[in-house]
Amino acid sequence: MRVGRGEQTANYLILLAFAVVAVWPVLTIVGSALGKDGDAPGGLANFHRAWDAGHFATYLRTSLLVSAIVVVVATLLSIASGYALGALRFRGSTALFYLFLLGIMMPAEAIVVPLYFDLRSVGLTDTLWAVVLPQIAQTVAFGTFWLRAYFRTSSRSMVEAARLDGASSWTILWRVLVPPARPAITTLVVLTFMWTWNEFLIPLVMVTDDSLRTAPLGLAFFQGQYTQGFTLLAAGAVLVALPVVLVYLFLQRHFIAGMLEGAVRE
Amino acid sequence: MATTTRAQVAPTTRTGRARRSGPPGEPRAIGWLYVAPALLVYGAFLLYPLVRSVQFSFYDWDGLGVGTWAGLDNYREVLRDEGLRQAFGHAFVLMLFFAVLPLVIGTALAAILNRARVRGLGFFRTVVFLPQVVAMVVVAVSWRRIYAPDGTLNDVLGAIGLDGLARAWLGDYTLALPAVGLIGTWFETGLVTVLLLAGMGRIDTQLYEAARLDGAGPVRELLAITLPAIRGEIAVALTLTVIAALKTFDLVYVATKGGPGNQTSVPSYEVYHQAFELGRVGLACAIGVVLTAVIFLISFLITRVGDRSEP
Repeated sequence: MRVGRGEQTANYLILLAFAVVAVWPVLTIVGSALGKDGDAPGGLANFHRAWDAGHFATYLRTSLLVSAIVVVVATLLSIASGYALGALRFRGSTALFYLFLLGIMMPAEAIVVPLYFDLRSVGLTDTLWAVVLPQIAQTVAFGTFWLRAYFRTSSRSMVEAARLDGASSWTILWRVLVPPARPAITTLVVLTFMWTWNEFLIPLVMVTDDSLRTAPLGLAFFQGQYTQGFTLLAAGAVLVALPVVLVYLFLQRHFIAGMLEGAVRE
Repeated sequence: MATTTRAQVAPTTRTGRARRSGPPGEPRAIGWLYVAPALLVYGAFLLYPLVRSVQFSFYDWDGLGVGTWAGLDNYREVLRDEGLRQAFGHAFVLMLFFAVLPLVIGTALAAILNRARVRGLGFFRTVVFLPQVVAMVVVAVSWRRIYAPDGTLNDVLGAIGLDGLARAWLGDYTLALPAVGLIGTWFETGLVTVLLLAGMGRIDTQLYEAARLDGAGPVRELLAITLPAIRGEIAVALTLTVIAALKTFDLVYVATKGGPGNQTSVPSYEVYHQAFELGRVGLACAIGVVLTAVIFLISFLITRVGDRSEP
């Protein structure tokens, strides 16, 4: 389609303006992180300073551990349950599907209060489990929904052929269905990683021990304690955001497709 | 969908299903085995706490001693307490900023991108979608800096001779809520734009060419062709952004802590505040239950309206 030259120029200006607005806060923080002030020597040395002053080594390690456990466990559970609801037919599967659907929309605010008190009464608060298990539950809701949709559309004839060859349901899942599902599984993995890494409310409520704080939580605490300047806080913020942003830059198709299709399929 | 419906409606047609779904002898219940681990975690850490939340909401409990039965008192308080009513009111104001504004801006942007074959579309999409992947805590830290008394926004206002408007934006009684809202607008606009753009990409370009032969301008094109064709995407965009507006916890917690006064307090912040700072566990659960009900109701309504208007 063709549009006039004047209109085209105006379009580019509008798009440029919006691109600038979209990255401005991000650039603000990166710019500040490299600056100088009382505590900050300036340049990349600021990150080193923030790393020590803000305990970010601990926070990032906890975040990495939490994300890794949630991603691995939730993906495996979702593959199994998505397979069951998408490719195996059994009584109650429709009801189960709606049950999982409920969890996609449910806000963490609705469950976090009783969860805290119940986990406290069994001595699980202030442990990694209290941070990990609720997030696995949340992810499994979306993951089941996502992979069920995928397995429903995958080739029935291949499954039938494998069955005629006498393959068990387990072999069919791992040998026939999972290999071509790799892109869908990658999407699930990157979305889960992002949601878990960025999660705030659940770790805020569940842990008080500094060594169990995840990166976003650590940043919020650093902001509360450290008020002398903005440079080290900005450097800490960059450290917290960087892992997900890096994964996004390499796998952005998966982020965009996942967030859009995941929503559309609802 | 067809197959599950059949299984549900006519569970007695065993032979018909068995032929379709597996060799004879494969146990029918094996599906349950595959669902069981996921269902166990989901049930224990999501469904059970939800039931407990409803249960707690009928009690008056400080989190330490023994709770006393309170009936519907907590729900009455949600409806009557001035501060809590304001919190729900703030959430509805935030919906304008998180959902309506991004929808208007996103529609315009996507229409421009769709109509004109601009170069660098992929780059633009990467950039406007970027806010979605940045942790909300980082977003809040960054915007606090922008809104600070000596922050970038006031610098810009000073540079263009509008010093008079400069203020501590997040500390201003009337402007703090819109200031928080605009962070949401910034956050959601990219998502909405990319979502609508995907929908517009599926519209048959011949429709536009025919419209142009009839002398339709860009606005006419948008109203007559584009908007009717992307109703489904608009419904999805509204659902996502409205839910995001109602679930704004981390942004408020880090940017304002609900202040000044309780000018930026929202229900999800009140859940945390009442339960863990004021020790009113029952009330917090009642707020959480009401919030969940509102989220379900709104997304149900949006989906219904979106479905019905589907051609």
